[in-house]
Amino acid sequence: MQDVNWIALSIFVVLFGCITWLGFAAAHWRKGDLDQLHEWGLGGRRFGTLITWFLVGGDIYTAYTFIAVPALAFGAGAVAFFAVPYTVIIYPLLFLVFRRLWHVCHKHGYITAGDFVRGRFGNRWLALAVTVTGIVATMPYIALQLVGIQVVIGALGISGTGLGADLPLLVAFVVLAAFTYSSGLRAPASIAIVKDLLIYVTALAAIIVIPIELGGFGKIFAAVPPSKLLLAVPGPNTTGAYSGYATLALGSAMALFLYPHSLTGILSASSGHAIKRNAAMLPGYTLMLGLLALFGFFVIAAGVDKLPEYAAGFKQFGSNFAVPALLLHSFPSWFVGIAFAAIGIGALVPAAIMSIAAANLYTRNIHREFINQNPTGKQEAQIAKRVSLIVKLGALVFILFVPTKYAIQLQLLGGIWIIQTLPPVMLGAYTRWFNSWALLVGWAVGTFAGTAMAVATKLTTTFPLVVGGHTFPGYTAVYTVVLNLAVAAVLTPVFNAMSSARAPADETVAADYHA
Amino acid sequence: MIGAQKKRGGWSWWYLLFVIQFAVALWPPFYNKVEPTLIGIPFFYWFQLLWVIVSAVFTAIVYFATTD
Repeated sequence: MQDVNWIALSIFVVLFGCITWLGFAAAHWRKGDLDQLHEWGLGGRRFGTLITWFLVGGDIYTAYTFIAVPALAFGAGAVAFFAVPYTVIIYPLLFLVFRRLWHVCHKHGYITAGDFVRGRFGNRWLALAVTVTGIVATMPYIALQLVGIQVVIGALGISGTGLGADLPLLVAFVVLAAFTYSSGLRAPASIAIVKDLLIYVTALAAIIVIPIELGGFGKIFAAVPPSKLLLAVPGPNTTGAYSGYATLALGSAMALFLYPHSLTGILSASSGHAIKRNAAMLPGYTLMLGLLALFGFFVIAAGVDKLPEYAAGFKQFGSNFAVPALLLHSFPSWFVGIAFAAIGIGALVPAAIMSIAAANLYTRNIHREFINQNPTGKQEAQIAKRVSLIVKLGALVFILFVPTKYAIQLQLLGGIWIIQTLPPVMLGAYTRWFNSWALLVGWAVGTFAGTAMAVATKLTTTFPLVVGGHTFPGYTAVYTVVLNLAVAAVLTPVFNAMSSARAPADETVAADYHA
Repeated sequence: MIGAQKKRGGWSWWYLLFVIQFAVALWPPFYNKVEPTLIGIPFFYWFQLLWVIVSAVFTAIVYFATTD
């Protein structure tokens, strides 16, 4: 690997130091009693339109996204652009469905999806299923954020084996754990602002400078092999790459706001109007993500992967090294420092929110439901803070001792698992028609079938569904959530007829779901 | 604003803009082509980026047109 890049490293360290200070100082921002769970874990629901924009943006457009999407474009070509339609169609869902959820959660003081399901359906086991799915799907996601940090640290020239190589990651982890513990959601919210400014500067500079260096977009796309330039046109009797692309976008979109960290970002908003405005403003990030995806083609055109100085990086990190190598190749060291800091800090923001979201879930829907039913506010906040530490420690151990490949595969499975909570959470925002036990069976069937299909396809995203001689390759998550819904719909009248007991009461009323 | 009151939390015809947004984004045959290029960028890429902007405008229109 190349030598240590001292200028870039210094700038990286200075910027990291700044956000560490900011993370701790955030405890005093819009000050509230951090011994209350909704203050620590939701920032007191005090964030207006602009802060929500930064927070949710930092939450869903993560460092890993900025590394992995261009890496996919570099490796696989056009299919990587599914991230664009995916992040186009999430916003109508935010506008319609999640605004309703914001209102009902605000009204009843719900902090998690588990709280909502418990209140709506009165079934603690269904709430437990939603909770456990949320925690399990989030864990590998946190681990992947640490991979993002690992890649940029490696690209700064710090390499080797043993403790020395892992030390920077450990330091980043301790910083993250400490400010999350002391400041709660206020820390990632304030850091997200800095991180996004850095990311926007980096992306804008790169999208202008690199194409000029490479002789224009025409030349760049001419260097891309034709097989990568477009989706393959499907042959006879199959919908081929088209249905794969569309279902990947659709399934990812349906899953996104079901992730605990996305919901935490939404629920911390101060009003339903802030959510609606954000549905129109957040596509700003989508635009940037689309431009970043093009970086994968810049890498091909610049031939960075063939240069000897980056060979070791590509060997260690695979195509995830594409973006760091491109930045190293195209920019002076001081700017590389800023860009890498943007990616590194960009990993801390979602990692902090994810660990807070997982901690909220454990505290509210496992501890309070099954262990101590009457905690004081202080006890509740205390438990959540400790769980956030345990969750992050788990992610760190995972990254240090388990090959990255498994984190990626688990995250893929996580998408299939989390979408199984769509019927109780997203449809639950509109209707209570479903029997809660039928929803639970649907969840179990969907989760089992999804896992089995993913294993059968050797942990790739698309499953080749064959119906009457036609093949419909599609995202496993979409097929299995349809199965989940079908099971829940068929069993609902059956279970209703079998049980003479009245369904448990719904805490919510129709008026709770809008302003 | 009696009509708006009645529509509260219910369906609005403005939501059809969301349907258009979905339909176009999820129909790859529509944009899976190289020509026409824009400053050297194939249609597949620039159209989808343009669609991001169009979708944001649609959402803003729905925001201002619906009241609740």
